[in-house]
Parts: sequence; structure tokens; C-alpha cells
Amino acid sequence: MRNGLFEWEKPLYELELRIAELQKFTTEEDMDLSREIATLEKKAESLRREIYRNLTAWQQVLLARHPKRPTTLDYIEMIFDDFIEFHGDRYYRDDPAIVGGIATFDGIPVTVIGPQKGRDTKENIRRNFGLPHPEGYRKAMRLMEQADKFRRPIISLIDVVGAYPGIEAEERGQGNAIAECIRRMSFLRVPIICVITGEGGSGGALAIGIGDRILMMEHAWYSVISPEMCAQILWKDSSKAPEAAEALKLTAQDLLKFGAIDAIVPEPLGGAHKNHEEAAANLKKALQDNLQLLLEIPADELVEQRLARFRRLGKWRERAAAVSESK
Amino acid sequence: MFKDLFRAKPKYVTVRPQAVPVKQDTSVALWQKCPHCSNLIYKKDLETNYYVCEKCGFHFRISIAERLHITVDEGSFEELDTHLESDNPLGFPGYPEKLAQAQEKTGLDEAMIVGRAAIHGNPCMLAVTDFDFMAGSMGSVVGERVTRTFELAIEQELPVVIFSAGGGGARMQEGILSLMQMAKTSQAVERHNRAGLLYVSVLTNPTLGGVYASFASLGDILLAEPGALIGFAGPRIVEEATKQSLPKGFQSAEFAMEHGMIDKIVQRKDMRQVLGKILSLHRKGLVSSA
Repeated sequence: MRNGLFEWEKPLYELELRIAELQKFTTEEDMDLSREIATLEKKAESLRREIYRNLTAWQQVLLARHPKRPTTLDYIEMIFDDFIEFHGDRYYRDDPAIVGGIATFDGIPVTVIGPQKGRDTKENIRRNFGLPHPEGYRKAMRLMEQADKFRRPIISLIDVVGAYPGIEAEERGQGNAIAECIRRMSFLRVPIICVITGEGGSGGALAIGIGDRILMMEHAWYSVISPEMCAQILWKDSSKAPEAAEALKLTAQDLLKFGAIDAIVPEPLGGAHKNHEEAAANLKKALQDNLQLLLEIPADELVEQRLARFRRLGKWRERAAAVSESK
Repeated sequence: MFKDLFRAKPKYVTVRPQAVPVKQDTSVALWQKCPHCSNLIYKKDLETNYYVCEKCGFHFRISIAERLHITVDEGSFEELDTHLESDNPLGFPGYPEKLAQAQEKTGLDEAMIVGRAAIHGNPCMLAVTDFDFMAGSMGSVVGERVTRTFELAIEQELPVVIFSAGGGGARMQEGILSLMQMAKTSQAVERHNRAGLLYVSVLTNPTLGGVYASFASLGDILLAEPGALIGFAGPRIVEEATKQSLPKGFQSAEFAMEHGMIDKIVQRKDMRQVLGKILSLHRKGLVSSA
């Protein structure tokens, strides 16, 4: 990738440059090139559709990782009002890789949480590239249980490659922090909407991904394992990540088919990084529609429906009962 | 709702002998080398010593049949949910072949078997994992078996004991559906928890990834065999990600104990007795809940 452009976007970029040149020429030299421009624009439009509507799984993964893609705090700023960030897990430290706090959404008080990637190298180092430690998950859990106490809906915005695989993270119980998050989030008696906004990497994403509605941005990915690690384990070659991405069926379209998510939130053509406001507006609309419905469901029913939804997930064949089983 | 799941079929089945074979010794060698201390052990001795090296205490991995043999009351194990068979929901390349290989290697249909058993006369639901079956990883069938185990335990008011050896974590060949088993099983654990029932999770070598980060670390009581590898990210991944050399004994049961992650390390020879004691201590709470 160069200048935020992917290899596959280059033909389009060159065409767009030519159109810009012709337009410049038109104004500067006072020549009418509108017909040529119109032809090129038509061509650009069809190229745009061709490129962005036929992305491979791996191209989607790269889009989801685009450095200019809106982060959790970007979405919070664009979608919510009155956000106050809260810190710390009360046991060890504040994990900057997960942010959370209270805000209003359309006037309704909510709790919003999510992993936070840095928007530049300095911030990325401070935030550990958005890879949470156990204390990050424990902070998220603390804030979510507070939401439960004060009857606030929870919005979980997920963009994380995975939980941090570090020595200290293991010493402080990364696995158990994730398991506890999953267990406790499952039984909270307030509406929870989870959105995979970028990367949904394995247990580190699922830990804050238990909800009544699970939405996914159009070019996000969500998988049991990252394509690189999958390729490394299966073929001892992480450069085969594109093949692994294909095999893992990790795109929003795939996950909708498996029932792992409920709806896909459309992104601006070419990805959310092309137009943050448009991406945020689409997400806001999706949150509004879903939250309205969830707010009408009584708490008991909400939890039962949430559990029933996960209970159904999985696919196996039922073998005909053997003779020894039917006596 | 849960009752319906079980109504259609008889509650217990007898163990199909071919499903839980004692591992056959295919080599003619009478001696086995301890991978830890290189001690040469006479195989018969290894067998009588619970597959533990007499010299250094290294715990060899054992088959499900061996585990049952040394853990539960003789003849008490009734296998359940045997009719579930793994599918290839993603059309993942090579998965059916891997399953077939694992089935041939272990004689099992999946990485975990579940059932009802008694330990020192205490009835319980029991699940045991075999690492040799695709690294004990959890796909839809393992997730479903764990979930049904807890559901049946709720219905019959029984404690649950699970021996985990899920070194492979959530099985990548079933993609997102494997990940969702982490949610499904954790929720079943919590339902059982809310029914006031006991769950003892025994971590054996190795328990990692999505298995550790879901049902395996959610027990009321967490036991581990000596030296068992326990953690979220495996040691090689941690080493690669951090470019640091790992501390001695990193992610061993002893390390987990030192860091407060487990309740107790139990020698294999003592496991039956310790489990029996824990189960019997939970048979009747003294404090009235009224």
C-alpha cells in the first residue's frame, strides 16, 4: 500500500487523476472538455463498482486494517454526545487499548466500550496497537456491570486483532479475563448491541462480543483466528494468509449466512476510511433501528433470547442412533 | 426447553467399546523414554504408575480410556450424545481428511467424550478430552457435548467434572462456529452455576486458547496435573509476538498456581481421591439457603 492506496485501486486512482487534470485544464485554458470528462467519469464509475463490489476475503481484511479507518473513539465522537471516558479495572491499571465510558445516544444514556487502536505510531505504542491486556477486559466488564446497575443499554464497538499474547498478559490471566467477560456479559439485563467495526480477532473480540444484536461493518472481518496465524499453523507459511482468509469465511457476508451476525452496515464505496462521516451516519442509523426494538423487550426475555441465539450456533450431523443406544 | 432435547431418546447409553479403546501399543519396544528426564522406563511400570515417570514425575498424556480407568468407579461410566458427528460447515480444505485421520489415530469420533459417571460413589457428569484428536480442539460437536453435559447436569442436579486437554483451542477449521462454541459453553456453565451446582475443571496438558478462555477456566474449582501447559496464547506465539525469552516454567501448572489462576495441583495418582473428596463435600451444603 502506498499513500493509503491499495494496489488494486491503482487503475482507478490513475483514472481519477486524469479526470482531475482535464478539469484543471478546462478552467485554466477555458476549453470545453466536458464530453471527454463525462466519458472518463463513466468509466471510473464502472471501474469503481467492479473493484469494490468484487473484493476478495483478503482484500476485505486489508481494508479493515486501513490506517485511516475510523477508530472506536472516532465513531464515539461522531455518533454519541456527552461522552465521558472512565478508566481502570480497580485491580491493576488502566489499559489504554480499551476505552469506555458513558454518553448519550439520541438522548438516551448508554455505556459505550471498545478496543482503541492508535491513529499514529506514537498513539499506537501507547495503546499497544489496540491489543488489550486482561485489565482492559476487566475494565470493560466493570463498565458493563455498571450499565446493568443503572439500566443503560450497552454499545460495544469491536476493532481488535486479538487479545495481547504477552508474558504479563498471561501472568495476569488473559484467558480467564476473556472467559469471565463472555460469561458475565451473557447475563446482563440490559440491551447490548455489538458492532464489529474493523477487525474481529478471535477470543479477544468475542470477549466483548456477546449481544442481543451483532452488527458488522461491510468490510470488517471476524474470525476464530487471524488469517496469518491460520496460514502459519496449517501451512507453516504466514504469507499464505490470503488463502487462509478465503478458507476461514470471515467476511460479513459469510458470517451473516452462519447466523453469527444479524446485519451488515454499509460502508462508503471503497471503505469507511474514504468518508468517515458517511460510515458513522450509516452506523448511527443501524444502532437507532436496533436499539428502538431492543428497548421494548422485557429484561428476562432479552436475556433468554440472547442465550437462545448462541445456543443454536454450531453445525453437526446427527448419526442414526446405534442399536445399543435404542434399548 | 432443555428437557425437550433429551426426551426423544433414552437418557443413557452403554459405552461402545470401540469408541473408547485402550491405546494399543503398536511398537514392539518394551521401554519408553521420558521426554523430560530421558529416563528409560519399562512400559509395564509406566502403566502401573499412572503413566508418570517415577524419576522426575513427568505426566505422560493418556487416552480417554486410561483416564476413565484411573478416575471413575469401575463400570459407572455411561457415554452420552454419541450420535453427534462433525460436519465441514465452511468447506474448509483438508478438514474431512484431518477428521478421518484423527478418528483412525484415536478410535474416537471426536476430541471429547461425555457421560455420566461416579467417582468414589459420587454421581457426576463427566467430560474427557483427548489431545491426540486434532489437539483436543473445540468445534461444534465438542461445544455441543459440553453444553448438553451442563444442561443435563442442571436437569438431574448433578455436579460436572471436565478433564480439558484442549491445546488446539477453538478449532480453526470450523471458523466462526468454533468461536461461538466459546460463548455457548460459557453460558451453559453459568446456567449450571446459577442452579447452585458444582463444576470442577481439571486442566491437563495442554489447555490453551479458546478452550481455556471459555468453559475450562470457569470452574468453581480449578485443578491441574503437574506440569500441564495452561494459558491463552501458546508459548511459541508469546515468544514470537514479544521477542522476549520466556521465564522458566512459563505457563506450567506451577506457574498458573503461583499467579493465582488455579486452586490446586493434583498428582495423577491422587486425582480420583481428591475429586471424590471434593464431590462428597459438596453433596450437602450445611448452610440453609432459606
